[in-house]
Amino acid sequence: MSITYLDAIREAQAKALADDPRVFIYGQDVGNFGGAFKATENLAKKFPGRVLDSPLSEDAIVGIAIGAAIEGARPIVEMQFADFSTVGFNQVVNQAATLYYRTGVPCPIVVRLPSGGTAGGGPFHSQSMEALYAHYPGLVVLTPATVEDAYSMLLGAVAIEDPVIFCEHKLLYYHLKAAGLPAEATPIGKARIARPGRDATIVTYSAMLHESLAAAEEIAADGFEIEVVDLRSVKPLDTDTILASVARTGRLLCVGEAFPWGGVCSEVIARVTAEGFGLLDAAPQRLNAKDTPVPYHPALWGTHRPTASAVAAAARQLLEV
Amino acid sequence: MSEVVKARHSAEPGDASENRKGREIVKAYRIMLAARVLEEKLAALYRAGKIKGGVFLGRGQEALSVSVGIHLRKGDIFAPLIRDQAGRMAFGDTILDTLRTYLGSSLGSMRGRDGNIHRGRPREGYYAMISHLGAMIPTVAGGLLARRLRGESGMVGATCLGDGGTSTGAFHEGLNAAAVEELPLVVAVANNQYAYSTPNSRQFACADLVDRAIGYGVAGHKVDGTDLAACLDVVGGAIAAARAGGGPQLIVADLLRLVGHGEHDDARYIDPELRRKNIGRDCLAVAGAFVIERGWATAEELAAWRDEVDTEVDDTANRVMREPEPDPAEEDWCAISTRSIEDNFA
Repeated sequence: MSITYLDAIREAQAKALADDPRVFIYGQDVGNFGGAFKATENLAKKFPGRVLDSPLSEDAIVGIAIGAAIEGARPIVEMQFADFSTVGFNQVVNQAATLYYRTGVPCPIVVRLPSGGTAGGGPFHSQSMEALYAHYPGLVVLTPATVEDAYSMLLGAVAIEDPVIFCEHKLLYYHLKAAGLPAEATPIGKARIARPGRDATIVTYSAMLHESLAAAEEIAADGFEIEVVDLRSVKPLDTDTILASVARTGRLLCVGEAFPWGGVCSEVIARVTAEGFGLLDAAPQRLNAKDTPVPYHPALWGTHRPTASAVAAAARQLLEV
Repeated sequence: MSEVVKARHSAEPGDASENRKGREIVKAYRIMLAARVLEEKLAALYRAGKIKGGVFLGRGQEALSVSVGIHLRKGDIFAPLIRDQAGRMAFGDTILDTLRTYLGSSLGSMRGRDGNIHRGRPREGYYAMISHLGAMIPTVAGGLLARRLRGESGMVGATCLGDGGTSTGAFHEGLNAAAVEELPLVVAVANNQYAYSTPNSRQFACADLVDRAIGYGVAGHKVDGTDLAACLDVVGGAIAAARAGGGPQLIVADLLRLVGHGEHDDARYIDPELRRKNIGRDCLAVAGAFVIERGWATAEELAAWRDEVDTEVDDTANRVMREPEPDPAEEDWCAISTRSIEDNFA
């Protein structure tokens, strides 16, 4: 039996609903329809009254989750696409993110963001919002890249007392499979070495992990061993694991699907440069999407986002320095 | 389902009803008076440069505000806005915590992390507003939804805002979502004629904001915000209707803000004609005259109540000004509660 990344997200929500009576799900089309991507399929039937369709109102969805959290509930809300979370942005960054610091009352909400590009998705169904949310104090931003992490990190997100932005990648929903679900929880905030190596480090997360692993495999044929670090969580950012890897390899390439200006890649490079300048044998590099809206046509989109071959080209350039 | 309810009148006849009404009005009047005296002190402290940040007063809005707070019970939810000192005090906020927050005492509920009207105790159902107008509507709705999911009933959640706040997306989204869920939410709109300097004519095009109730499928109530007795009656009726399962209630009170947007603002944009009309009456003076006219208290008693609260406010302010400020060296600079996953670089 194999289980997909999307199944893992659904199963994690089912387990959270079963284990904790405080959990409920709120979002557009999440009820009997089971969600635009079927991430909540059958949950409304299994958990009557706890999986609720919302109006098409992202501000209200997040605001309602915040109020529910104040009253002791553990809401999971689904934004139909990460892109639409901008309509609820105010509630996330100004209310959820500030509540604990201002009042001492934590805000345990999980905002699920179906994130990232897919062929034909276009400018408004393809965005990667993790950097935007990570910028704000008071939020935890998770970016699982594997089936196992999607499952255990979502359970971890529900368990913690703080607001979590859960960036799940739509491209991984159906094709990424695992043999089963993990019994062990993934510790939130710990990166992992997805592929060990000695010649250069690629730091990446979410769907770009798979492009980076493919690039590392390609370059291995040339005799270079690339270490690939999967961040898992962009906030907190596991700076120790990144620095330890750079200490082993001396070279850093950071790969992300988000827009290039600012963001996770620039934050990683800033930290490594500040804290590990002496570890570097070459200037650290980054590879992001292009600085345009995400284009609709697959031919354009395939070049807009970093692909395995683009990552391999950037890594080769870094290795030649 | 939607209806515009005009002023209600008690069905209870005779002296018992009159006495009950008298007691309620006197109680509300005294809270309004305390709020007014406290706000006068805040204005004086602001002019003296003692306040950290701005001061935003509710002068002219006390009758509506107190009517919301006074009809809420322990276990209800209240998310007041900037001109709700009276409603806050009716719901249980204190002169002490108000002064601590404005004066930046580290002993206040916000510990110097937020100020002035952005205070609350969310665990006690007293939500701390954010500055983004309309945002508290879905938040209160969510609190009510969680209570209902837990099997509770009989509670009410109330929030206040002004005419300007009704133009936000959050107002629309929140009221609509609350209506869909039929939540016991009460939204009290103080139509004080200006959003900062912007008059109603540049804020909305409908004949009356209460007409929006029909569009949302909620009950609408209209009241003269300068008349305490009418406010207590109408707001009390709306809160009772929400409590009884009548779904969201939209109250629109017509009144005039008798101060600037904040104490930094001289409000020269306010049309002087409005000040001379019924809408420009001072609700506190009107209520005081009503209390005396009905024989529920004498002018001397009113003056004594003012002196009493004056003394309490002065004494409390003097005490709070001796309290410690927050110390940046002692401050816990962490924005999340889960220490183990604090970002390790900042």
